[in-house]
Amino acid sequence: MQRRVVFDGKLLPMLLVAPQLAVTLVFFFWPAAEAVYFSTQAQDAFGLSTEFVGLDNFRAVFADPAYLHSLGVTAVFSVSVTLLAMLPALLLAVMADRVVRFAAVYKTALMLPYAVAPAIAGVLWLFLFAPGIGIVANMLRWLGIDWNYVLNGDQALLLVIVAAAWKQLSYNFLFFLAGLQAIPKSLLEAASIDGAGGFHRFRTVVLPLLSPTTFFLFVVDVVYAFFETFGVIHAVTGGGPSKATEILIYKVYYDGMVGLDLGGSSAQSVILMVIVIALTAIQFRYVERKVHY
Amino acid sequence: MLSVRTLALATAALSTTALAVPAHADPVEIQWWHAMAGKNGELVNQFADEFNKSQPDYKVVPVFKGGYADALNAGIAAFRAGQAPAILQVFEVGTATMMAAKGAVKPVYQVMADAGEKFDPQSYLPAITGYYSTKDGKMLSFPFNSSTPVMYINKDAFKKAGLDPNAPPKTWPEFFDDAKKLKAGGSACGFTIGWMAWTQLEVFSAWHNKPIATDENGIGGTDTKLEINGPLQVKHLQDLVNAAKDKSFDYAGRTTEPEAKFVSGECAMIQTSSGGYGVFKANAKFDFGVAPLPYYPDVAGAPQNTIIGGASLWVMGGKKPAEYKGVAKFLSFLSQTPIQVRWHEQTGYLPITKAAFEETGKEGFYDKTPGFDVAIKELTNKAPTENSKGLRLGNLPQIRDIVAEEVEAALNGTKTPKEALDSAVSRGDVLLRQFQKTAS
Repeated sequence: MQRRVVFDGKLLPMLLVAPQLAVTLVFFFWPAAEAVYFSTQAQDAFGLSTEFVGLDNFRAVFADPAYLHSLGVTAVFSVSVTLLAMLPALLLAVMADRVVRFAAVYKTALMLPYAVAPAIAGVLWLFLFAPGIGIVANMLRWLGIDWNYVLNGDQALLLVIVAAAWKQLSYNFLFFLAGLQAIPKSLLEAASIDGAGGFHRFRTVVLPLLSPTTFFLFVVDVVYAFFETFGVIHAVTGGGPSKATEILIYKVYYDGMVGLDLGGSSAQSVILMVIVIALTAIQFRYVERKVHY
Repeated sequence: MLSVRTLALATAALSTTALAVPAHADPVEIQWWHAMAGKNGELVNQFADEFNKSQPDYKVVPVFKGGYADALNAGIAAFRAGQAPAILQVFEVGTATMMAAKGAVKPVYQVMADAGEKFDPQSYLPAITGYYSTKDGKMLSFPFNSSTPVMYINKDAFKKAGLDPNAPPKTWPEFFDDAKKLKAGGSACGFTIGWMAWTQLEVFSAWHNKPIATDENGIGGTDTKLEINGPLQVKHLQDLVNAAKDKSFDYAGRTTEPEAKFVSGECAMIQTSSGGYGVFKANAKFDFGVAPLPYYPDVAGAPQNTIIGGASLWVMGGKKPAEYKGVAKFLSFLSQTPIQVRWHEQTGYLPITKAAFEETGKEGFYDKTPGFDVAIKELTNKAPTENSKGLRLGNLPQIRDIVAEEVEAALNGTKTPKEALDSAVSRGDVLLRQFQKTAS
């Protein structure tokens, strides 16, 4: 039974949500509206000449093979990052949950990467894997592997996927651990008495009870892969080689900030916004059915 | 300002202590947005300080805005909001963008003329100012920091491989040959290359007196098409691909990344910006030499002259006459020989006046630091031709990226050099047409 909190009057609750609403309005709705407006305009970088072009920018975006390529890269990238950030996190959380001695040490160590800023994380990976200066890169070359991600697109994509997943692993670990610790011991003991083995217990008791956490992380990780991986990609590959790591968010930045094509870049961010809203809606509609709260 | 002065005078009259009252209003503030980090940024601040102390009327305020692209974007965003700085540093590839923005910028020659500043375009090095001037030689922006590609060699590696460290390769065939020998003689890689699109296509073409694009490389108009897929460029890229195959060439990135491979001793030779000198001097644990870029001896007229990279200072439009006067004074101040000599010697960027170049030579600086004058010699090797006085293409930052992408595709074997360069030209031309539409 939950205890319901009821406010008398309307002023206090409104006051309490006002700051959050203000932040959302200023930092989300306003820029989003600007993007929608700009996406229908064609203008030079300095804003000296502006004309309304309707949906021309969107047509140009979808006619651009580089954009379609970027869509494909984003699909591979986001699926890989989400899986790679979630599965090992779950495994580590289960392990950490069983550790008795030095548990705090392990847990702290596993949470550390989350405190690293994305750009810094990118640079760390760069120092390990950059051909020429990277420690790991030199080891790989010594082993006879032709490691050069500035020329090899597959290697570059692999590297940014791993770097981005590593960054998000801690966050997932933390939530999985909290989820695991919320599972009543009595349930697991009951299952043991019924003769369920370790893996069977995990599959039939732990996983279903973890499903709200898993679902939440799934949504968060997809959004992370779409947006917050920008820093890692910017620092490690800059979208290269030959656009092999140019995900949608990077292309928005590149076409807008480097290309100074504000109309095209805004059209892309509107499309990106629609994609992520649609993905989240689909997740809530279809995936959430499998969640037991 | 009247009220401020009245107040100041009243205060002075009332106070019993002798207050120093300025006989004039506050100095006019001039915002200078730039992208000079580290040592270069310190010098920028020093120059502004010295200028501010040298006269009472104007105050230059330098603001560091991050990388070149960031500075340009900050300037553009500020202009749109009506808050543009008076002076904006823009990298050379942004030149066409700035020129097309009529009303957003005020050409330097006009700023100088309006302010009545003494300004003689003849006192500047044409190889540098040509890049930022109209066809008839009017200076549009002030070349602040200019560089050009040179070749650096690791003399110790040369000795180890049994090559003469005082005879760097002069031609491309010799260069590729030495690279193989260096690799056989113990270097992990023969050579690497920084700023590939700039050094191996743009400057390479000018150095061999071949056009980069029609209409005098775009200086003649926006109706320009890329021409970097000529037989010579294709042959050269094929040679580079071959060198990459036998590992005497190691490609390591599009901008300055490969420089780490030279500093670490891994690659025995590198072609990159003359601005890399300071970094190599500070970090290389071996004796290195600087030499001119190699050329193909069977090309008539090669070597011609190189073209510059780096950045220039643009004066933004829509400011008050007083501010423009201050800007003109400050640009004159920056053109002074002692200032230019200091900038040149401490950063490795080129001096922009003939006087500063001669002065540096007289001081014996080039004798003390051999190789430091290679860049200037390359730039002034011959009188510039239509193919070698500069480059002015819209959307050049992206075009450079396209060229780099296609070169990468050739190097990793997914395209032949001919296919790669043809594709670079056709993709680049699309961007040129887009620019033509917005600029006209």
